Amino acid sequence: MAFVEPKESFAGKVYQLTIGSDKTAVFGGENALPFLTVDGNYPNKPVIAYEIQDVPPTDWPDTVRKAYENVSGDPVTWAKYCQNELNAQAIALRLVGTHPDRENRSAEDAAKTVKEVLAAINVPLIILGSNNAEKDSVVLVAAAEAAKDKNCVIGKAQEANYKTIAAAAMANNHKLIAMSELDINLSKQLNILITQMGFDKERLVTDPMCSALGYGLEYTYSVMERIRLAALTQNDATMQPPILADVGMYVWKVKETQAAEADVPAWGNVEQRGITWEVVTAGSLMVSGAELLIMRHPEAVKAVQKFIDELN
Amino acid sequence: MALTGVEIFKLLPKTNCKKCGHPTCLAFAMKLAQRQASLDACPDVSEDAKKVLGEASAPPVRPITLGTGDKSVKMGEETVLFRHEKKFVNPCAFAVEVKDTMSEADINKICDDVNSSEMDRVGQKLRIDAIFISNASNDASKFEAAAKTVAAKAPSAAIILGTENAQNAEAAVKAVADRKPLLFGANGSNAEAMAGIAKANKIALGVSAKGLEALSALTEKIKGLGVEDMVIDPGAKTAKEIINENTLIRRAAIKKNFKPLGYPVITFAQRDDVMLETLIAVACVAKYSSIVVLSSVEKWKSLALFTVRQNIYTDPQVPMQVEQKIYKIGEPTADSPLMITTNFSLTYFIVSGEIENSKVPCRLAVMDSEGLSVLTAWAAGKFTASKIAQFLKDSGIENEIKHRELIIPGYVAIMSGAIEEKLPGWKVTVGPREANALPAFLKSR
Repeated sequence: MAFVEPKESFAGKVYQLTIGSDKTAVFGGENALPFLTVDGNYPNKPVIAYEIQDVPPTDWPDTVRKAYENVSGDPVTWAKYCQNELNAQAIALRLVGTHPDRENRSAEDAAKTVKEVLAAINVPLIILGSNNAEKDSVVLVAAAEAAKDKNCVIGKAQEANYKTIAAAAMANNHKLIAMSELDINLSKQLNILITQMGFDKERLVTDPMCSALGYGLEYTYSVMERIRLAALTQNDATMQPPILADVGMYVWKVKETQAAEADVPAWGNVEQRGITWEVVTAGSLMVSGAELLIMRHPEAVKAVQKFIDELN
Repeated sequence: MALTGVEIFKLLPKTNCKKCGHPTCLAFAMKLAQRQASLDACPDVSEDAKKVLGEASAPPVRPITLGTGDKSVKMGEETVLFRHEKKFVNPCAFAVEVKDTMSEADINKICDDVNSSEMDRVGQKLRIDAIFISNASNDASKFEAAAKTVAAKAPSAAIILGTENAQNAEAAVKAVADRKPLLFGANGSNAEAMAGIAKANKIALGVSAKGLEALSALTEKIKGLGVEDMVIDPGAKTAKEIINENTLIRRAAIKKNFKPLGYPVITFAQRDDVMLETLIAVACVAKYSSIVVLSSVEKWKSLALFTVRQNIYTDPQVPMQVEQKIYKIGEPTADSPLMITTNFSLTYFIVSGEIENSKVPCRLAVMDSEGLSVLTAWAAGKFTASKIAQFLKDSGIENEIKHRELIIPGYVAIMSGAIEEKLPGWKVTVGPREANALPAFLKSR
């Protein structure tokens, strides 16, 4: 029996996105499943953004909080540290302090933070709300205006608030993250709703919702894989925006990233364990389809970066 | 090539005797085509038909067992490329490398690490399954000594003997023959001798060649020499090579029913950088390796790799469930709130995560609802007032807490009266509908 290489080629292609206005970052653009260069082109490496917050990360576990001990007091210092010392390709500013259950910062305060951070860096900025649908629709509108023409990524637009956020992203020339909850059909529907408003589908990023290793990772993994298959095999334009994996915030709240070794000796060193948890979650989701990742621990980002180099 | 149901039907007796348990030969043929029935069920099939059908109905990836005893690992038998289509069948084995140039103390240390690697996660016992002994010295007696040490010190681990030198292999295989080792290292230049050893000892043979064309030619040759159980290595080293070559192998086996590549794959993930090694192993778990060879055992690395393997090999059609019990979140006292939800794993993860976020210590009663989420379980009659009352009474919670207040999910507010009726003396409070409102709800109490 002679061997014939069972290559496959696809009609569809993932949209290529360029973000940022000074230094830019590019992701997407492939017409093959993740890293399957035998089938087609995978022209751009996945991009990793470092996550920072508008308020000090008091709720982050020690392992990852320590990594930013001297810089996380204010978002500008923190952003500069990520760009200049950690060579971040992009920065993701989460305006978690605007959440009504947190500091309840106002939209004006958030806009001011966005302006200050943008003035301090030249890499692309991703601007994220606090995941309170109501508050985000005010905060992200102000943030999008404050960042006008800087070609940022604004998010996350969800079913409950996509209209105002998408309109603000459109008016101020930004890209937009559309997030739905772990269901390929919901994800498709939201992308359709947003494009029906006149928002260009080639400016979207799909977030099918992340899950941490051991806490539903297989759901996110398969939804991402199915989105990629729909984009490529069915040439489904609504499934062709690049995929975001918002890894850090899901990983650094599970008990494996915080339980002391003294309490669970069988799990080994808590710092290595926490970093590994973020690394393995990110690596799995990249293999299933994510092109843009948001991560927290510098050691985890470095490891995934090495993996990406081996994949290209 | 895979046969269609109609092609199979033509080879069957066409008597519709029903002895196979199917109403007609055609129905049986359809099941055979879908690989949901075995030809053995037909008592009257001709020898000729058996030969043709046997070839065609064999699983596309040959089943191979690694090791012996109750901790042996089944490999192969995979049927799909993507886990959402159907469950990935046999979870890959993790092996750790021991070099025969290491001191006996170092070898013992790795054996101890393997012996103590077992952990329990969501009800499954997971462990480092095998030890790969490499003949780094290229010396026969050192190789044999290392094999003996590992066999004695790691009594339940599967053994893989890695050498390309047939003479060295001979002695080592003999020394641990009762453990049914996998002999790894047949290649283009030693195939006859290695196949001879595998055949004589009735063990599986690891076959290595650079590139899939050379590899398929080699497995055909070795099959011709009388060895059927093989594990293959296409020589992939980088993450990119692993993903590409493993995908081509799996496609060839499953979509083309290409027998020369229808064997479990072994991948060498060892790296100097332990985090990078972990990531390479992740690619192997997700993308079709059946044996992943690592350079070391660290507890935190094992925990993460066991968990990712468990996640990838979960049945996508069966909801993941957590154990029915009352979970403590934070350090609850006798006055801390008590909440209840169902045992669908995602429900549990999300609810417990939000309770953790609230920083309010609580008890969370997780009731067995066959893995259904709250509303579905309620609609299906698996999350009812009487079942909740029974569960709480049996749990002994009344001896653990001072108060008698139960917080139920907002979606089943309708049950609050019924639960109070079934649980005299208890007060039912309706919590939020969505888990993300829990922190605010708990903090405001």
